[in-house]
Amino acid sequence: MTMTEGDLAEIAFVRRATIAPQPPPTKMTGALGWLRDNLLSTPFNIALTILIVLLLAWAVPELVKFLFIDAVWNGSDRDACLESVQHREIGACWPFVWERLPYFIYGSYPISERWRVDAFFLMLAVGITWLLWLNAPRHDLGAIYFFVVLPISSFVLLTGWSTIGLRPVDTVLWGGVLVTIVVAAVGIVVSLPLGIFLALGRRSRMPVVRSLSVIYIEFVRGVPLVTVLFMAGVMLPLFMPEQLSPDKLVRALVGIALFASAYMAEVVRAGLQAIPKGQYEGAMAVGLRYWQMMRLIILPQALKVTIPNIVNTYIGLFKDTTLVFIVGIFDLLRTIEVARIDPKWATPVTSTTGYAVAAIFYLIFCYGMSRYARAMEARLAKADRC
Amino acid sequence: MNAAGNHGSLLKPAKLNTSIAVEIAGMNKWYGDFHVLRDINLKVMGGERIVICGPSGSGKSTMIRCINCLEEHQAGRIFVDGVELTADLKKIDEVRREVGMVFQHFNLFPHLTVLDNCTLAPIWVRKLPKKHAEEVALHYLKRVKIPEQANKYPGQLSGGQQQRVAIARALCMNPKIMLFDEPTSALDPEMVKEVLDTMVELAKDGMTMLVVTHEMGFARQVANRIVFMDEGQVVEANTPQGFFTHPQHERTKLFLSQILR
Repeated sequence: MTMTEGDLAEIAFVRRATIAPQPPPTKMTGALGWLRDNLLSTPFNIALTILIVLLLAWAVPELVKFLFIDAVWNGSDRDACLESVQHREIGACWPFVWERLPYFIYGSYPISERWRVDAFFLMLAVGITWLLWLNAPRHDLGAIYFFVVLPISSFVLLTGWSTIGLRPVDTVLWGGVLVTIVVAAVGIVVSLPLGIFLALGRRSRMPVVRSLSVIYIEFVRGVPLVTVLFMAGVMLPLFMPEQLSPDKLVRALVGIALFASAYMAEVVRAGLQAIPKGQYEGAMAVGLRYWQMMRLIILPQALKVTIPNIVNTYIGLFKDTTLVFIVGIFDLLRTIEVARIDPKWATPVTSTTGYAVAAIFYLIFCYGMSRYARAMEARLAKADRC
Repeated sequence: MNAAGNHGSLLKPAKLNTSIAVEIAGMNKWYGDFHVLRDINLKVMGGERIVICGPSGSGKSTMIRCINCLEEHQAGRIFVDGVELTADLKKIDEVRREVGMVFQHFNLFPHLTVLDNCTLAPIWVRKLPKKHAEEVALHYLKRVKIPEQANKYPGQLSGGQQQRVAIARALCMNPKIMLFDEPTSALDPEMVKEVLDTMVELAKDGMTMLVVTHEMGFARQVANRIVFMDEGQVVEANTPQGFFTHPQHERTKLFLSQILR
C-alpha cells in the first residue's frame, strides 16, 4: 500500500495476500534459547541457578568420593574398612553390604525357602508391569491377575502350605525388602478402593453413610500412624485371647491400609469436587444409575486430576512403612539398623554405608513412582486436550 | 419399551404410550424459603413443540429440569408419558430413559470420544451390543452432520459441533421427548444457526420438544405454543401467532418490546 492511495489507506484496509507462517527467531530455540528461558530468565532465576550450581559443586564430588573413589570394594570383615597407612580416607564399606545383602532382602526367611520370595518378587513385577504399561494387552486379565491371583498365590507362597509341600514360614522370620514391599503393596492396593468408597460416602446424600465416613476419616486423620501401629501391634493382643489375635504382621498391614485409606479418601474427595455439576447432570439425563455414573463418568475424570496427589500419598505411604519397626517388624531400614551394629563389621563408616543403601533403595522406588505419574499425566492430558 | 432387543427401531422416532407427553399439575418448588415455581400447570400433547421463554431467574430452566427429575418438586404432580414422577428411583430411571436433554453448556463427557459419548448410555442403560450402539450413534451423528468427528474428543470441537454432538447423544437413546435448556445461549453467534437448524429438522420429524430459548425466530418457525414465564409463574401461553401479535399480559408486552426491536 503506497502513500499515493491517499488518506483512505489509513482507515480502510483489505488483506490481499495471506501471510505464510515463518520459523521462530533462533534465539528462541536450541540450547542457548533453552538456557535463557529456563535458567537465566530473571535476576532471581539467575541467582537461584548460581546457588544451585554451587550447592551441587559442593555435594556431588563429596558423594562420588565417598560412594566410589574412597570406597572399599573387597574384604571379609571390619579390618578391610578400617583406616590404615595405605588407606587413609575410607569411603563406603561395600563388602559389608555385599555380605549382608541377603539379610537386607529376605530378613531371617529360611535360606532354603528364599526362592519363594524371589518367585513372589517376580510375580509382583509381572503384575505391576502388566497394569502400568499402558500398551500391554488384556488389562482386564491383568487386573484379575493382580487383584485376585497374585494376593492369594503370594499368601500361599510366602506363608507356606504343608499340603502342597511348602514349609510354613512364620512371619516373624520375614524381613528386609520383602516386608517393606509387602507392607507398601498392601497399603497401596487397599487404600485406593477403600479411599474411593470413603470419599463417595462422605459426599453421599444418605446421612448415616455420610456421618460414618466423616467420623472414620476425621478420627484416623486425627491420630498419628505410630499410635495406630502401636494400638494394633501392642494393645490389641492385651484385649484379645491369644488364639483369636491375628498375626503381628497382619495387624500392622491392616493398620497401615486403614490409615492410608483415610488420607486417600480426602485426596479423592478433592478430585470429585473438581468435577463440574454438569457432568453429573449429563450422566443422569442419559439415564445412568448412580454407580454407572460414578464408574464411567465421574471417577475416571476425578482420579485423573488427582493422579499427582494420589502418587504423593503413595510415596508418603511407601516411606511410612518404615514405622512398622516400632512393633518389632523387621522392614528394610530395621534390618540395616540391626546389621550396622554387628561387631563383625563395626567401623566408623558402616552406619553411613548402610543408610546410603536405604537412601538409594527408597530413592529408586519413590522417584520411579513420581516419574511414572508424570508420564501418565502427560499421556492423559494429550488424550483430551480440554 | 421394546427398543432394547431391536436396534432398527432405535433409528425411528419412538412412539409415546399415551397421547399426553407431559402433564404438570399444580407443581410448586422451593429452594429453601424461596418459592421458585408457583402452581405450574402445563399439558404437552405428543408431537407438540413448546417454547418456554421469559427473563432470567423466571424459573423456566428449573421447570423443564423437573421433567426429568434433575430437580425435585415439592408439591403437585408431574406425569411423563403416563408415568408419575415420585421419589421412586425406578420411575425416575424409567422417565430419564425416555426423555432426552440438551444443556446450555453441552455437558459432554470430555474423557470420551464423540462416538463413546453417544454409545455410552445405549450400551449401559439400554443394554445394546456395542456394535449396534455404534451403528445407531453413527446414524444420529450423520443426522446432525458431523459423522467425520466421531473419533475426536469433545474438547477438539467447536461449540456448535459440541452442541450437535449433545443432541446426537440424547437421540441415541431414542427418546420420546426432548428437553432443550437454552441450547444456543453459550454459543458464538456464528454457530447458533447450525444448532437451530438441527432442532428444526428434529421438529419436522415429529419429536415432542420442550425448548427453553431466547431465539424468537426459532419460536415463530417451530413452536406450536409459546409459554411465557416470570417470577416462577406461567404468565401467558399462546400460539406463536397470538403471542407475538396480541400479547395480553403487561409483563409479556414489556418482555417482547425489550427483545424484539
